[in-house]
Amino acid sequence: MASAVKTLAPGEEVVFHLKEEPHHPEGSSTMLGFWLYLMSDCLIFAMLFAVFGVIGGNYAGGPGPKALFELPLVALNTAMLLFSSITYGFAMLAMVRKNVAQTLIWLAITGVFGLCFLGIELYEFAHLIHEGATPQRSGFLSAFFTLVGTHGLHVTFGLIWLVTLMVQIGWKGLIPANQRRLMCLSLFWHFLDVIWIGVFTFVYLMGMLR
Amino acid sequence: MSKAPTQKPSPAKAAAKKAPARKTAAPKASVAVSAAAVEPHGHTHAHDVDHGHGHDDHGHHDDGHAHGSMRDYLIGFGLSVVLTAIPFWLVMSGVFAPQLTGGIIMAFAVAQIVVHMIFFLHMNAKSEGGWTILALIFTLILVVIALTGSLWVMYHLNTNMMPQGMDMNPAP
Repeated sequence: MASAVKTLAPGEEVVFHLKEEPHHPEGSSTMLGFWLYLMSDCLIFAMLFAVFGVIGGNYAGGPGPKALFELPLVALNTAMLLFSSITYGFAMLAMVRKNVAQTLIWLAITGVFGLCFLGIELYEFAHLIHEGATPQRSGFLSAFFTLVGTHGLHVTFGLIWLVTLMVQIGWKGLIPANQRRLMCLSLFWHFLDVIWIGVFTFVYLMGMLR
Repeated sequence: MSKAPTQKPSPAKAAAKKAPARKTAAPKASVAVSAAAVEPHGHTHAHDVDHGHGHDDHGHHDDGHAHGSMRDYLIGFGLSVVLTAIPFWLVMSGVFAPQLTGGIIMAFAVAQIVVHMIFFLHMNAKSEGGWTILALIFTLILVVIALTGSLWVMYHLNTNMMPQGMDMNPAP
């Protein structure tokens, strides 16, 4: 088209891109980026679930789920994680109200529930290993310790993050950056609870039915 | 816009939810109107809409990133407790045959994951301009392919590679 022809003014530079990047407010893409990280984390767990699904029945003459798992303990563990989810939700609601003290209190309660979860899980692992059901014993136990252990590691790092954030909030208050971090940890924490639904259903409950 | 003050039910929340959407669509003058309309009902929301312009976090409010409400969290928690307790009870009491129980608890797990996604992770089709739901759908497709593929292939491998001939019919 003739209208596409443009005459250059003397001294004008020819550029084929925007001279200035469009302005993005700080942190505007953080939530989407963190969500994408969670999705990739989800794939890690999917692979571990697939491994457990494939070799979870190979007991190699060793103990199986019925001999090892104690459902009341697993139910207690599930309750701990579920309670920590709702208390984190309360922390987020306190954050929206800009109430620093309540946010910190609910975060602390979340942390306590998270610690209880980890404590019960470590107690269970120690109990299993004491009975000779170590990761080396069978394919089932290797897959079990890898899957549940990876989830436990995530909870551990979530707790470290939680404490770090509490320090940061105590230091700087609920500034936009801290709110953004709280929202990221909220996604992370609830995501771990979603993974745990898969663990207690697929590993523990289905294991008892095998 | 001028209708907002006359709406009686669901006062502050509905008005505040609509306000950011209007902000992107209409010029600034209408923002002032909607913010003013919210004012008598709820101070905090009106505050957000009014002063959001200068803040760094104002992007989140525009993208419709939800924080959820107390009601959302309590509904989600209640549903989760029920959806967790029933599978545990089914397995521990053993009222049904194992295969039926397995099917039921898998269904409960899927239902609970959906509940967590909606009420705790605040998933909806609009957050971040639809990119989160797109990433989620893509991930779910990959997960389904990986899980069903692995289980299917390895199950067939196991059954086909089983040394049945030797066990069943020992050579004379």
